[in-house]
Amino acid sequence: MLSRVAESIYWMARYIERAENTARFVEVTLNLVLDQPMGVDEPWRPLINATGDDEIFNKSYAVADAETVMRFMAFDRDYANSIISALRIARENARSVRESLSSEAFEQINTLYHYVNTAAQTEQSPDSPTDFFDSIRRHCHLLTGILDATMSHDTGWHFANVGRLIERADKTSRILDVKYFTLLPTVDSVGTAIDDLQWSTLLFSLSGFEAYRRQHHVILSDKVVEFFLLHTEFPRSVRFCVDNAETSLLAITGGATDPRHSVATEKIAALRERLASTDATSILQYGLHQFVDSVQGDLNEIGIAITDSYFD
Amino acid sequence: MSVINDPISFEHYSTDDFFDELIDANGHPRPDAAPLTEVINRLPIGDLMRRQAAIERSLHRMGITFAVYGDKSGTEKIMPFDIVPRIISSMLWRHIEAGLKQRITALNMFLDDIYNDQAILKDNVVPRDLIENATTFLKPCIGLKPPRGVWCHITGTDLVRDADGAVFVLEDNLRCPSGVSYVLQNRAVMKRNFPQIFAASKVRPVNDYPAKLYQMLRWLARDDIKNPTVVVLTPGIYNSAYYEHSFLAHQMGVELVEGRDLMVDDGVVYMRTTDGPQRVDVIYRRVDDTFIDPEVFREDSVLGVKGLMDAYRRGNIALANAPGTGVADDKVVYVYVPDMIRYYMNEEAIIPNVRTYICQRDEDRKYVLAHLDELVVKAANESGGYGMLIGPHSTKEQQAEFAVKIKDDPRNFIAQPTLSLSRMPTVVDGSLQGRHVDLRPYILHGERIWILPGGLTRVALKKGSLVVNSSQGGGSKDTWVVAEPGHTVVDTQDDQ
Repeated sequence: MLSRVAESIYWMARYIERAENTARFVEVTLNLVLDQPMGVDEPWRPLINATGDDEIFNKSYAVADAETVMRFMAFDRDYANSIISALRIARENARSVRESLSSEAFEQINTLYHYVNTAAQTEQSPDSPTDFFDSIRRHCHLLTGILDATMSHDTGWHFANVGRLIERADKTSRILDVKYFTLLPTVDSVGTAIDDLQWSTLLFSLSGFEAYRRQHHVILSDKVVEFFLLHTEFPRSVRFCVDNAETSLLAITGGATDPRHSVATEKIAALRERLASTDATSILQYGLHQFVDSVQGDLNEIGIAITDSYFD
Repeated sequence: MSVINDPISFEHYSTDDFFDELIDANGHPRPDAAPLTEVINRLPIGDLMRRQAAIERSLHRMGITFAVYGDKSGTEKIMPFDIVPRIISSMLWRHIEAGLKQRITALNMFLDDIYNDQAILKDNVVPRDLIENATTFLKPCIGLKPPRGVWCHITGTDLVRDADGAVFVLEDNLRCPSGVSYVLQNRAVMKRNFPQIFAASKVRPVNDYPAKLYQMLRWLARDDIKNPTVVVLTPGIYNSAYYEHSFLAHQMGVELVEGRDLMVDDGVVYMRTTDGPQRVDVIYRRVDDTFIDPEVFREDSVLGVKGLMDAYRRGNIALANAPGTGVADDKVVYVYVPDMIRYYMNEEAIIPNVRTYICQRDEDRKYVLAHLDELVVKAANESGGYGMLIGPHSTKEQQAEFAVKIKDDPRNFIAQPTLSLSRMPTVVDGSLQGRHVDLRPYILHGERIWILPGGLTRVALKKGSLVVNSSQGGGSKDTWVVAEPGHTVVDTQDDQ
């Protein structure tokens, strides 16, 4: 496969996943705000903090409220990680490798882009934001299904997998951060109904509430953390993503020990090892935010190594 | 605006004394068009417009769009498409096919001749200075013998019909003719959104074009290569025909490469893949001649590949079309094509040229300058409807401007009478109105010559306009060639 094509497929998948997760971020906050006790200052602020792009936000917007945060995260063309920007970049990448995708896949990306672009052109926020963000998620799922069902599971498909899973691992960890930045009104609130509600909302935003409940029945913070970071079977947990990204990366390399490729495979193996050998208790002791932060750092380095190993 | 409440039918359609492709001078549908006009006349109110809108949505979803320049909100437009198909009878098509085969044969012999023996120049059939002074005559191609002896593998010839319905060649496009993807996609969206109208007519299919193209390209590879790698070379995503490049690569199942994906090592061409360099044997290049190799042609080209011409000369890579074919595209050289046919084939041209005045000839120039208000003046090396004066639709100022240009550089201009181009019923503002059309059939020259049944019908959507180019507000139509009586639509006669 052409290196340029591999790179474009990888980024296409990453940006689609980014758009989907941004939609999830906004949805989780919409739900949190509806359940928020009165009198909390700037309930939308934690979302901006969790993205790590608060400086960019502050330059263009005075307050973080439903209106500005939704506009920033969904429709701001000057913000590279907004849904519309991510979809524009995903589509540009898809366009440049159209011949390597199935027609159905390209049409789905195109349809999704136009759906959001049309919404972006209207001045008002979506009439029902929940429906709007929900539709984006569905569109993204449809694309993943189309790629799965209409493309040969060859090198290109594996690159799409690697891109999607690396991005997803990063974003799942950031959704967990939304909770960290959403401070409870008082220390006493830990373990209360509000605390429970917040954890469940997080699980909802990961489409993981039902899977979690089947396994653990009640909300326990360490179990939720374990579910997000260390679950081996839930497809949005960080560990699941890392395991499967590694599998795809090894499939691309085809067992050959090309030294060019080994940096990326070694780095991802190290992260997999790290996730496999820890547990929720140690993570909470170490500090949840600190742990999540260092995982994000590792994922970042893996991304750089993939570019160096395969695309240059 | 459109009146959705009135049925769209041929009842009030007028040919206005033009030659109409579907309707005869008495207002009756031509025999092959009758089933179509009947279906349209019987449609419920609003049905045709609904289907037209559905087709536009399909094209939009498929991403067959171009960006509106300078629009930051990301608005995109589709190439205008009209739902009423053009119908070509089997008899007319036989005539066109024979004429195009003859013409492309002569043009290939001409290209081989002028880059090698130059017999036609020595015999003064084509003036030597005309060829040697043409910017499209590429000196580095002198002495070249392209693989399998074919220079021009893919051609899109522009045909028009006059007030009597007679067919003429308007232009030969021998460089990188585009538009064939629209032929295939127009048919696909018509089948999806208006399947009923196919039932009554026996329409010859077009969807085997990519397979024929691939076979032809494969045939160009060196004999000792068992499983040749074919690629399509594109200038990239910002080229206006990018969609077509990507479409053809996709349909053929080959890689679409850019110049930066290729490299030449010791006269062999490779593409950069995730498994390292992989050898390439045939390139369908959609990059202009002078951009393909900065070592030989334009040094500033970033679209090409260093060393490609060297690999080509060594016979390690086949290029379609061969570099240098543009010289036969020159609008002055065009005038001599009937002479080429006579010279090389000892035949008369089956499809004539349009009467053309060569401004370099004193007598012709005088006539042209005196009749600028009647003639169409064209620059010898422009395409896409640029550098053109349409006399009857021009102002005195524009005519004066062209008079100066012609006197300054007579070699660069030709003129033709303004043809009364044939028309097609076209949906405009909720009713059927006559609009002028041309036809670009696509010719593949491999082991044999094969012509895609039909081709691209371009339609000038502005009332009275004769300019069909998409860059100038033209649209396109599905084009049907009706099967020979007694034949099935998939004919063995066109097997390559």
